[in-house]
Formats: sequence, structure tokens, C-alpha cells
Amino acid sequence: MGGTFLFDGRPVPFEEGQTILQAARAAGHYIPHLCWHPDFPPHGSCKLCIVKVGGRHVSSCALPARDGMEVESNTPEINGERRALLQMLFVEGNHFCPSCEKSGNCQLQALAYELDMSSARFAHFYPDRPVDASHPDVLLDFNRCIFCELCVRASRDVDHKGVFALTGRGIRKHLVVNAESGRLADTDFAVSDRAADICPVGVILHKRVGFAVPIGERKYDEASISIVAMEKGE
Amino acid sequence: MSDSIGMPRVRVATTSLAGCFGCHMSLLDMDERLLELAKVVEFDRSPLTDIKHCGPCDIGLIEGGVCNAENVHVLREFRRNCKTLVAVGACAINGGLPAQRNHLDLGDCLQQVYVKRDGIEEGGVPDDPELPLLLDRVHPIHEVVRVDYFIPGCPPSGEAIWKFLTDLIGGRTPRLAHPLLRFD
Repeated sequence: MGGTFLFDGRPVPFEEGQTILQAARAAGHYIPHLCWHPDFPPHGSCKLCIVKVGGRHVSSCALPARDGMEVESNTPEINGERRALLQMLFVEGNHFCPSCEKSGNCQLQALAYELDMSSARFAHFYPDRPVDASHPDVLLDFNRCIFCELCVRASRDVDHKGVFALTGRGIRKHLVVNAESGRLADTDFAVSDRAADICPVGVILHKRVGFAVPIGERKYDEASISIVAMEKGE
Repeated sequence: MSDSIGMPRVRVATTSLAGCFGCHMSLLDMDERLLELAKVVEFDRSPLTDIKHCGPCDIGLIEGGVCNAENVHVLREFRRNCKTLVAVGACAINGGLPAQRNHLDLGDCLQQVYVKRDGIEEGGVPDDPELPLLLDRVHPIHEVVRVDYFIPGCPPSGEAIWKFLTDLIGGRTPRLAHPLLRFD
């Protein structure tokens, strides 16, 4: 049994089982997200999709819609909190956009534009995260990992290889490769894997195609992520 | 922008710390709008005027991060003198390219460049007392002084700098939105 809830004051219909994010998107309303992907079950870790329901913060990707809910999403308060989450992601890794192949196609960068993030505000960590260039077709640059686990989920649930995992806790959490040597070359990872094309940022990069698309023609150069994501259904 | 003959002009200072002058090139990339800007702006300390020290100013534009002791002194001089201080470009905002050394040991870096590099015969780390002391890490300028506004980009386009300055001088809250807001 479905119903209707109010999304930023506008009525949005939903079907039984749909989450707030799914129903909002079906009605044409974009909610920022990083770890959510239409092809995967909700993960609820990035918290970019937080909305306020009845005065409480909830992850809209994970909470089923209920009849009569009043959902606040595109408000200065919620967008300010989303911006703070982005700023923490930016200082936690090494996100040096001018040298990144993913620049212009990166969801983290595009969301920072969308949410008016002009600086990272906090003190940068500048962690030491060596890259893994061992694989013949794919480069891993761990500096940019935001721990969304999309590669972990894609490799485990779609490719059935389990190439990636997160290890460590809290500030020591990091992405690892499931091989004795820790090197991607020593796994059965292939460039045709789903996990090779799932990274929302610039960690998993195909070799020999970097910077092929000129500035001005990249994914988020023309239109912002709130428009691109809805048009492409991602 | 309205003509402002008879009005006191807005005083602007600019400098490049650990930067490449690319942001200053972008400032010049406003082309003929520079003439319009010159009607309402006069420059204090800047590579464009060669004035060596900053006097009281309305706006200070800082390019580059903080990589040595001299950068710290210059940045503090700007903060003392400028009513509004603006971080211009990736390096001022997050350290940028120079900050790519931050996860390395500074001593190792200097040894590698000045002593161990291929082709160097009688190498040695420069130690002239005139040279400013390097900091162990490159810092974004907001880690050293309070910063009022940020203009991201590597470099920000002339268009973005123009939009920002005309907003600020015109008394509007400066805001760069897509597609002027960009990090590369």
C-alpha cells in the first residue's frame, strides 16, 4: 500500500517498499548521494542523502517512505550539513583535482560544486597513501577513496570475485586489495568487471584513457550533478 | 559597473606565495575588462606595481599556499592591512601542487633534489641565509590567518575573478556558482 508524503512542501507519491530517495527521484526531485547507486541496495554510509523527517535526521536512501511524512531536503540547514560532510571527505584524503583524471567526471567534486563548497574549511590531513599501478589495465589511486564501498559491493555481489575490502576502523579505515601481496595485479580483477566502472571518485582508473575527454565536454562541465544524475538515472 | 569619477577607488593588494603566478595571469585574462576595473580599483602591493610592502587596503588577493617562513610574514602583513582577504586558486585553498610533498620528509626531498639526483656532481642543499626557511609542510592560507572568501580553480578563470571582484566592490555577497565554481 502506497501513499503520499511531502517533499520540501510538495506532494510525492510512493509505492509500498520505496525509500524516500527512490520515490523523490521518481517524482523528479534530486537528493545528493555518494554511496547510493540505483543498481545496489542502500548502504547508508556517506550520509549525503540525509533529510529531516519530523525533526529527525534520517538517511533517505535507506528509510522507507510512509504516508503523510514531511521531508525537508533542499534547505539551508540540511545543505550546510551535507557541505560539512563533503569538507571532511576532502581533508581526509588527498583530493588534488587539477592533476586528477576523474576531474569533471567526479561525483565528489560535482557535489562540492552543487553545494557551493568553496573551501575545505578544516585542516587537511595529507595522508600517505601509495598508489597501486601493478595491474596492466587499471590504476588504483587510494588518495581519493571516500569509503563508499561501491567497488567492494560490485566486486563481491556482481563480479563474484571479492577483490576489494575496507579494513581498519575510524580514522585508520582504508581500502585494501584482497591478495596476499596486497597488489591488484595478483587478483583476478579484470577491466571488464563491474567494479572497474563503479568508483564515483578517482580511485579506480582505466589506464591509457586519462584526459581523453577535453575540458568543457566532461560529464559535469555543462550541467550540474543534480541535472545529470536525474537525466542519466544514476 | 557604474563610472565612479570622484569616488575614492578601492585599494587592492595581490601577492603570490607558494604559487606559479597562474592566478595572476588569470587576473590579466579579463582582457578589456581590466580597463573597467582600473576605473574603480587602484593597486597597492602587487607584482603589477612592484610595491614591496602592503599599506592599508580594502581587498587582498592571495595566490599560493604557505611553504616557507617568508610566506608566513607576507601573509600576516596582508591580513593586518586588508579589510577583506581572499584566497585565490587551488594552492591558497588546499596547498595545491606544492602540498604534494606533504607526505614526504622535507630532508629527504632536499637530499633527492640537490644531492642524489642524477647528473649532480658536487651537490649540496642550499643554505644561504638569504633563503627563507622551508616549513615541514605546505599549508593552505586559512590554516595561518583568517580568510574571508575563497575563489577555487587552478587557476580560477578571468571570468570567475571578474564576477567575484565586481560583486564584492558592488556591495553584493560574492557567489560563484556552476560553471564558474570549479576546482581544476
